[in-house]
Amino acid sequence: MAVASIGILTLLTAAVLFGPLIWRIPINEIDFTARLAHPSWDHPFGTDDLGQDLLARMLYGGRISLAVGFAAMAVAIIVGVLIGAISGISRGSVDAALMWITDLFLALPQLPLLLLVIYLFRDFLKNWVGPEGGVFILIVLVIGAFRWMPVARLVRAQFLSLREKEFVEAARALGATTPRLVIRHILPNSLGPVIVAGTIDVAAAIIAESTLSFLGLGFPPDIPTWGRLLFDAKDYLDIAPHWALFAGAAIFLTVLTINFIGDGLRDALDPRRVM
Amino acid sequence: MSEPLLKVAKLTKEFPLKGGLFSGQTASVHAVDGVDFHVDRGETLGLVGESGCGKSTTGRCVLRLIEPSSGEIHFDGKDVRSLKADDLRILRRDIQIIFQDPYASLNPRMNVGAIVGEALIIHQLTKTKQQFEERVVDLLETVGLRADHMSRYPNEFSGGQRQRIGIARALAVEPKLIICDEPVSALDVSIQAQVINLLEDLQEKFGLAYLFIAHDLAVVEHISKRIAVMYLGRIVEMASAHELYASPRHPYTEALLSAVPIPDPKVKRQRVRLSGEVPNPISPPTGCHFHTRCPIAQFPLCKSEAPPLKQSADGHWVACHFR
Repeated sequence: MAVASIGILTLLTAAVLFGPLIWRIPINEIDFTARLAHPSWDHPFGTDDLGQDLLARMLYGGRISLAVGFAAMAVAIIVGVLIGAISGISRGSVDAALMWITDLFLALPQLPLLLLVIYLFRDFLKNWVGPEGGVFILIVLVIGAFRWMPVARLVRAQFLSLREKEFVEAARALGATTPRLVIRHILPNSLGPVIVAGTIDVAAAIIAESTLSFLGLGFPPDIPTWGRLLFDAKDYLDIAPHWALFAGAAIFLTVLTINFIGDGLRDALDPRRVM
Repeated sequence: MSEPLLKVAKLTKEFPLKGGLFSGQTASVHAVDGVDFHVDRGETLGLVGESGCGKSTTGRCVLRLIEPSSGEIHFDGKDVRSLKADDLRILRRDIQIIFQDPYASLNPRMNVGAIVGEALIIHQLTKTKQQFEERVVDLLETVGLRADHMSRYPNEFSGGQRQRIGIARALAVEPKLIICDEPVSALDVSIQAQVINLLEDLQEKFGLAYLFIAHDLAVVEHISKRIAVMYLGRIVEMASAHELYASPRHPYTEALLSAVPIPDPKVKRQRVRLSGEVPNPISPPTGCHFHTRCPIAQFPLCKSEAPPLKQSADGHWVACHFR
């Protein structure tokens, strides 16, 4: 299952990376003679209400969606592991404070805050790194900042249980310093569930990006992402179902394959596996 | 007589118990309650007692894996309790520990070479990679494993082999004292014998001293020179292995020994049966901890006064008002 998933995900990634080099219809070429056209040889995925080729838009949009998904996951995991590890290894007031912050983030109403943050900082970042890059950084950071809490809690729970294990005690008895205990003994044994959580985060980030695009606060409307395509298509579901279908299928496949890969990775990284 | 290698005096360890939401510390578990003993160079002191009597806590306190509440620990002339982090690391080159559960005591994500060689890296005992590997192979062969086991992972080994890996890890720093925390309790009887023999061979070869914690009296008798019997955080009797088994003095020791099965169905003997359970260590009985179950207790003396551990014959220490 995991191997097949890797194959499909690689195919998807390769398609969005190299697809635009082969399928050379520009994403913004408007052709009113072919509005809402169903899939055909000219337009394999059909066209949208402006007659723009959906395959081209899908391929381009996939780049952004996948990049956002993976980058946001990386942010969420790095922050989550850091907070969880510090909290789990230093019991007492530091632990209490960090978990308090985690609970605080979990309790925040995320969507309104997301909108506020993006509204406040979008222009500043746009001027700084350009419209696309600015929005990308902002969205990745914001999604990452709202997804790290489950990871932190997972890592903390793992740390609390692992730090009492005899092999950790043995390493302490050998004179290992705390950083060494964490890096060599506790962290490697706590990453299994984190990897699985991380794969779910990729999926959540792709969907969160769609939500933002839908609310008009994601990427500018002329930049297609999978989420954007889905939401643009929603008004035409009855007459042009293909519009939503392919973007939806792409998100579905990506999320599903990533989850399977996560499962497979966890098994593969477990040295106790039966050979 | 020369200074003993390890000298422990009045060692206590209390684990605080947290109460409800608003009450702070409500009570504490008296795991170790004023323990005195010593271990000489190259000798084995057996520490026996039933579950929860504080044997393992005592062992861990010596290494300061658990911070003792009070008492004194002197190792090789050094005051263990006052050592700072760096000196404590140096101390841990001299004292090592072997654990009970060979499945939990090896990091499943490190190969055997990395596990055994970890101390070499921590204490920078080898200079080059080649030296490191030679030393690890040497250690593995010392405990009866092969060089090609180095690159394998713990899950590929049986319980006995895993315990050997644990022993090799402890030997890497060339310690003077090894705390054996029930090292054979989790193993099959045939494997137990192998590991015990290995420990004895190593003792002879390297002049190791053992603090051998166990609940299996037969094993302890076999390996120990002297034995201390613990009950509810206190040592109730301490004597040479032979002496203790031949003429136990404390009523608790008598009961323990009479519970050891004899491999001859024809032999009949007086069985000392204890009634009741071990009292809760959160609120141990006043006076002598054993008075609630003791067949010879006399009140109110045993209830009000804790008997000190005193020498009743040469090298035979008992904590009882009447023996």
